[in-house]
Amino acid sequence: MRIALPVVVSGLLTTQALAADLSIKIEIPVLNVAEYHRPYVAMWIERANQSVAANLAVWFDLKQKNNDGTKWLKDLRQWWRRSGRELAMPVDGLSGATRAAGEHQVTWSSDKSPLQALAAGEYQLVVEAAREVGGRELLRLPFQWPPRAPTTAKVAGEHELGGLTLSLKP
Amino acid sequence: MKSSLEPAAYALAAILCLPLSVEAHRAWMLPSSTVLSGSDVWVTVDAAISNDLFYFDHNPMRLEHLAIMGPDGLPVRAENASTGKFRSTFDVPLKQSGTYKVAVVNTTVAAMYEEGGETKRWRGSPDAFAREVPAGAKSLQVSKTHSRTEVFVTAGKPTDTVFQPTGVGIELVPVTHPNDLVQGEPATFRLLRDGQPAVDVAVVVVPGGIRYRDTLKEMALSTDKDGKFTVRFPEAGMYWLSATVRSGGAPPVAAADHQGMGMAAGASASAGATPAQPPFRPGERALYGATLEVMAK
Repeated sequence: MRIALPVVVSGLLTTQALAADLSIKIEIPVLNVAEYHRPYVAMWIERANQSVAANLAVWFDLKQKNNDGTKWLKDLRQWWRRSGRELAMPVDGLSGATRAAGEHQVTWSSDKSPLQALAAGEYQLVVEAAREVGGRELLRLPFQWPPRAPTTAKVAGEHELGGLTLSLKP
Repeated sequence: MKSSLEPAAYALAAILCLPLSVEAHRAWMLPSSTVLSGSDVWVTVDAAISNDLFYFDHNPMRLEHLAIMGPDGLPVRAENASTGKFRSTFDVPLKQSGTYKVAVVNTTVAAMYEEGGETKRWRGSPDAFAREVPAGAKSLQVSKTHSRTEVFVTAGKPTDTVFQPTGVGIELVPVTHPNDLVQGEPATFRLLRDGQPAVDVAVVVVPGGIRYRDTLKEMALSTDKDGKFTVRFPEAGMYWLSATVRSGGAPPVAAADHQGMGMAAGASASAGATPAQPPFRPGERALYGATLEVMAK
């Protein structure tokens, strides 16, 4: 597959100095509710036809005995339908524990999985959150890969997610 | 309430003082979930016969003919089955990943004949019919009903093994997988009658929650020359899909569409006419009902 990539892209992949970064800042809001559990969150990169180009992260309750936390993965219903149901969670390098309210930043480099295999093109970053006994929200941010210049895009959630910022660095 | 009731049926119902509600029940199963993840996956299913979807307030569905098929095509045993006043309930362990079919499939024979100057009515299984109804009965008229009530549930990734047709009665074959339905997206299915495309068959799709609205919101569809039909579900939620195919037989003796499906409690084999019997319609018919869950976008 890598052999078939255009020269420009394979150049990016092999030259350390040209490695691009994709960085996500996601805010999990503080909610004043009767019963609070940290949300399950899935982040992935979507192609124009809504198929999944790359899974970035899935935060869920992976500390429960017998992997019981996987029972609620289907509540991330868009992610579940697009790719979650094809996987056996937890998956190394993809799954992580749920996060507390506050801002969280995660960065992926183009010289590592999963961005290593991402072809040049138009994509959407998708972030979906579902909270036990709470609601669900999904945010999208369009972007171009690989980035030609540093870019930043922002969108704000309304109830389950706060601000979402996508920063790309060539 | 039922559009297919003909004027004669109303007249007869009036004569016999039959409550019209007798004619209008729906047979359904309601699973706790249809799309599941996790490591110890179960569903519980309610099964009932009622007017309003999906409220168990009339008769339980009998479970004698319950059959569950796993993703490998092998039978799965229901656990904790019980039948109460208004509903039956049972649990299904989903030990393998894939799609399961939960079905109640039944054949009922009804007969009307004359004996000693009296009109006799009989109802029961095909086997009991052969044993109990005299072969040379005078003015014998027979009606045979095959009914199939189904739900599909999927743990993990949807699979297709359970949709292999059995060739008996009406069956649903997905073009769109029934556990991959999303609000606003078109979903296409195919109906078979005895293994062949069920052509020009009326299909009715009704959203659940009838009790809390004034209109049925029924979608009336029809299968094409390949037995296919497409439905676009306007909202997320549980839907009831049904189809009936009639064939053979003389015009109805006392035309009425009895939808009891022969599975209600009290629909046991009995001889001799009583005023509460539904009107008799000879011939064959096949009934199909399925509960489909449509996910939000």
